[in-house]
Amino acid sequence: MNLATLTLHEASDKLGRREISSRELTKAVFERIAATDATVHAYLTLARDAALAQATQADERLKQNNSVTPLLGIPIAIKDNFLTRGLRTTCASKILGDFIPPYDATTVGKLREAGAVIVGKTNLDEFAMGSSAENSAFFPTRNPWNPERIPGGSSGGSAAAVAADQCIAALGTDTGGSIRQPAACCGVVGLKPTYGRVSRYGIIAFASSMDQVGSLTKDVRDSSLLLQAIAGHDPADSTSATRAVPNYSDALNGDVKALRIGVPKEYFVSAMQPEVDQQVRGAIGELKNHGAIIEEISLPHTEYAVAVYYIVATAEASSNLARYDGMRFGHRADAKDLSETYRVSRDEGFGAEVKRRIMLGTYALSAGYYDAYYLKAQRVRTLIKKDFDEAFKHCDAILTPTAPTSAFKIGEKMPDPLQMYLSDIYTISVNLAGLPALSLPCGLDNQGMPIGLQIIGRHFDESTVLRIAHAYEQATEWHKKKAKL
Amino acid sequence: MKLTRADVQRVAVLARLRLTEAEEMDLTTQLDAILAYMDKLNEIDTSNVEPFSHATDSTNAFRADKVTNQPNTEALLANAPDRDGTFFKVPKIIE
Repeated sequence: MNLATLTLHEASDKLGRREISSRELTKAVFERIAATDATVHAYLTLARDAALAQATQADERLKQNNSVTPLLGIPIAIKDNFLTRGLRTTCASKILGDFIPPYDATTVGKLREAGAVIVGKTNLDEFAMGSSAENSAFFPTRNPWNPERIPGGSSGGSAAAVAADQCIAALGTDTGGSIRQPAACCGVVGLKPTYGRVSRYGIIAFASSMDQVGSLTKDVRDSSLLLQAIAGHDPADSTSATRAVPNYSDALNGDVKALRIGVPKEYFVSAMQPEVDQQVRGAIGELKNHGAIIEEISLPHTEYAVAVYYIVATAEASSNLARYDGMRFGHRADAKDLSETYRVSRDEGFGAEVKRRIMLGTYALSAGYYDAYYLKAQRVRTLIKKDFDEAFKHCDAILTPTAPTSAFKIGEKMPDPLQMYLSDIYTISVNLAGLPALSLPCGLDNQGMPIGLQIIGRHFDESTVLRIAHAYEQATEWHKKKAKL
Repeated sequence: MKLTRADVQRVAVLARLRLTEAEEMDLTTQLDAILAYMDKLNEIDTSNVEPFSHATDSTNAFRADKVTNQPNTEALLANAPDRDGTFFKVPKIIE
């Protein structure tokens, strides 16, 4: 068997029993990358030598039975917006080009301590701004199920790498759906934890009130293991939560009896691809058969979420990206004076979508427009959050499609930014409200492309989300379907 | 039209972005369409709604005011576009 196809928990069991070594596993992953990445283009940077050295150390720890963790010796891919000490980090932008971080993101440090093997850095939409991975300054990533189609975004490289068995699991970030939508497009499991559950320290900031670190994995158990490894308070991130981290594996008991699951009527709209509607309704029926109580609910402000998101996210981005001035790091143009140096460096360094969002955000925050756009959006954001607060008074979780369609064709939505933004319609409310949500495979469309089911939970209740996802996964075979490369 | 090309030029100065003439034209059209879509929000009366501040119940976080990171001049200067010894070298700031 090809070791690269193993799930994290399968590989961890085999390593623990000494049936395989981390070096064998890591080599299998790099062989798979060599065989498939000319088609998929999931990686921006590979760290083969360092990875093999980490694998050797992991094998030594396994041999001595020294601090064995579920991640020990496991090859993991990291989205290229996490700072990795000594390993090039570009955020898929020319403005960071050859940036070598002087420190690790907290989550990357946690993986290193747990003994994980870092395979490399995966492609994304520049500064995580996009839904298709086409906005990378370097190249678009392709969907392993069909290279003519997008892998989703912005964590498109991480999702494609997991789907193509180019790693055992991956880290991503999710500001408006950037883990869940690519997970749906590539037929893998994507988890965005509650805002504050995982440290954001060392993540290249996009929209700080919504950015969150999460995982892309081959199944739900892997998702629980990776969350366990990265969750918890970090003194370096004052927005990270101090509350205790539960044991997420305990939630995977297959029991959804009497759980109350809400299905928002506003999410089943005519713009949805018919097979998405069918498969998601099928999944709802499956959970009902297992004893869950399904009820229709209303999230009345849903139709305003995209407008709110693209004001708040671009406003925060325009402020966060002010740091790219070409002075202390990043690209600096040769210009006649300071002011021109700023303007030309940023012109040469940023791609079209990043410029568009900086412009939109700057406009929304500028004198005379702040009240009409930014403040208005933050008021409507309160209403969106209240919709969820109301729903969670009588529901334990909410079920929706992850995206209105399966993966669209490369180039299809590039000419119309607004159409691209609307592909995030089911995922962005969750970020606006700071809730945890997971996407898992729930079927294929007529073209054989994967469809994702989204499960949304209460703040800090990742356990219920994982429990429902696991129960559904146990009852179906969708997560075992693989892209044929 | 909500947005003119002059607005785009004004915002580009605020955002410290150089734009070509073609970019100014494209952005005027695109941002105008996006802002028209945002106008949807005016359908809702929010006069009695507080603006959003934080997703969960967390409040301000305090810590002791002491240095915990180890200064590493070489590592921090390694990414500098230009340097002079242990200093960042930047274009002249005061005329």
